[in-house]
Amino acid sequence: MDFLSKFGRYLLMIKGMFSKPENGKMYWKEFMHQCAEIGIGSLGIVVIISIFMGAVSALQTAYQLTTPIIPKETIAQIVRDTVILEFSPTLVCIVLAGVVGSKIASELGNMRVSEQIDALEIMGINTKTYLVLPKILASLVVIPMLVIISAVLGVWGGRLAGQFSGILSTTQYDRGLLENFMPYNVTFALIKAYTFAFLISSVSSFSGYYVEGGALEIGRASTKSVVASCILILFSDYLLAALLL
Amino acid sequence: MIAIKNIKKGFGDRIVINDVDATFEPGKCNLIIGASGSGKTVLMKCMVGLLVPDSGDILYDGNEFISMNNEERKDIRKQIGMLFQGSALFDSLNVEKNVMFPLNMFTNDSHKKKLDRVNEVLERVQLKGANKKFPAELSGGMKKRVGIARAIVLNPKYLFCDEPNSGLDPQTSIVIDKLIQELTKEYKTTTIVNTHDMNSVMEIGDHIVYMHQGKKEWEGNNKEIIFSKNERLNEFIFASEFLRDAKDMRMLEETGKIPNERDMEEIVDKDAPPLIPPDQSK
Repeated sequence: MDFLSKFGRYLLMIKGMFSKPENGKMYWKEFMHQCAEIGIGSLGIVVIISIFMGAVSALQTAYQLTTPIIPKETIAQIVRDTVILEFSPTLVCIVLAGVVGSKIASELGNMRVSEQIDALEIMGINTKTYLVLPKILASLVVIPMLVIISAVLGVWGGRLAGQFSGILSTTQYDRGLLENFMPYNVTFALIKAYTFAFLISSVSSFSGYYVEGGALEIGRASTKSVVASCILILFSDYLLAALLL
Repeated sequence: MIAIKNIKKGFGDRIVINDVDATFEPGKCNLIIGASGSGKTVLMKCMVGLLVPDSGDILYDGNEFISMNNEERKDIRKQIGMLFQGSALFDSLNVEKNVMFPLNMFTNDSHKKKLDRVNEVLERVQLKGANKKFPAELSGGMKKRVGIARAIVLNPKYLFCDEPNSGLDPQTSIVIDKLIQELTKEYKTTTIVNTHDMNSVMEIGDHIVYMHQGKKEWEGNNKEIIFSKNERLNEFIFASEFLRDAKDMRMLEETGKIPNERDMEEIVDKDAPPLIPPDQSK
């Protein structure tokens, strides 16, 4: 029952976001602010994770491909496909659930507890439209971008690891990247990125927006939002793979 | 004018507001007083629409607030200014941007015009020059004053203040009280203040509603409250020995006798140290 009532509240929050903005300029400003917060705020961690993710995946693939029958170019193909299909969208989004999700939940939770949301409501502002919608829209714009950046850096990280460890040359790696490339994989990665971006931003917004209590509850809401987002990301990852591949 | 009629509000089985009626007139400081947990804040939240009452009506200049649609409510809310107990300033914005926020949202004025208005209200609340400070850099009293500046920047018709003196020292409390009183007279706002501070009650209470366990127990003004026959109210206001003495002094001044037959010697503590040390009084 508790789950159903929370889910109903979540749907009402989503529905409540769609109202006419009081002042388009202010909403645009808030949207751009959120894009910068989510995008630039997470860029550093995404870059580091992606490069190492690609590098490690190249080394581990090479470690397992011991037979000389399989050409070295296969390593590049495996790195490319795992990075595009799984590592960049899923792993990066799980990290973003921690970075962005906890930030959104604690920001909204703090605003709720310190009556800032009430202050906005009393001014006659629809707080769901002003506070939640820009966060979700900004996530939908920025997170897929981060996933693309991550995929590029992941593949590049594999290339660097191959080169520095002497497993395969850059020419072999580049040749491998171009073999059997399926553009649909990128589309699939983007579908996943958009789905995960919506889940991360909406679930964490919901957790923060409806916080009741004090500082302790803000912390709890933040943790809950990260856990719920991660579970939903993994569940929808499986669902999307089953439906679209 | 704001009128509330038969307001009831409960949470689960617990009734917090029970059948409360009151009328709050413009140009007056209307105070809702009562002990903690008496339902003052819940009543105020019902009045501004943050909570929906279970039954009853709230009338803003004769217009029923509860039955209004979202757009009509928004129109009323644009005429409301509210000072919150914790000031509710936006942490990420400096004082100037906090006060300018309602202007940015609801007016299409030029930046210069908005800035002039912000400076005008900041000067009004004695915070000239604090424009670039962030809420974290302000004292409690300054935060309240910024909260007041933000509440009045759009010239509201209705001003709500939830415990404006909580956490403030007596001197700063008086400054805030005076400011609320002056603004009420100046802008002819219908001001409603939630408080349990007896200094505020005596200073600015043009109209006072006393709440006890969700019910309205007494209604009057700051001249009548001290002579009230309501036992619970007396318990509430005379919890401080100082006020009991003040009442006696006032009775003595007005009627020539002390009602509870205590004499002045009892009122004035003989053992208390003199205000001016004897060696300096010569």
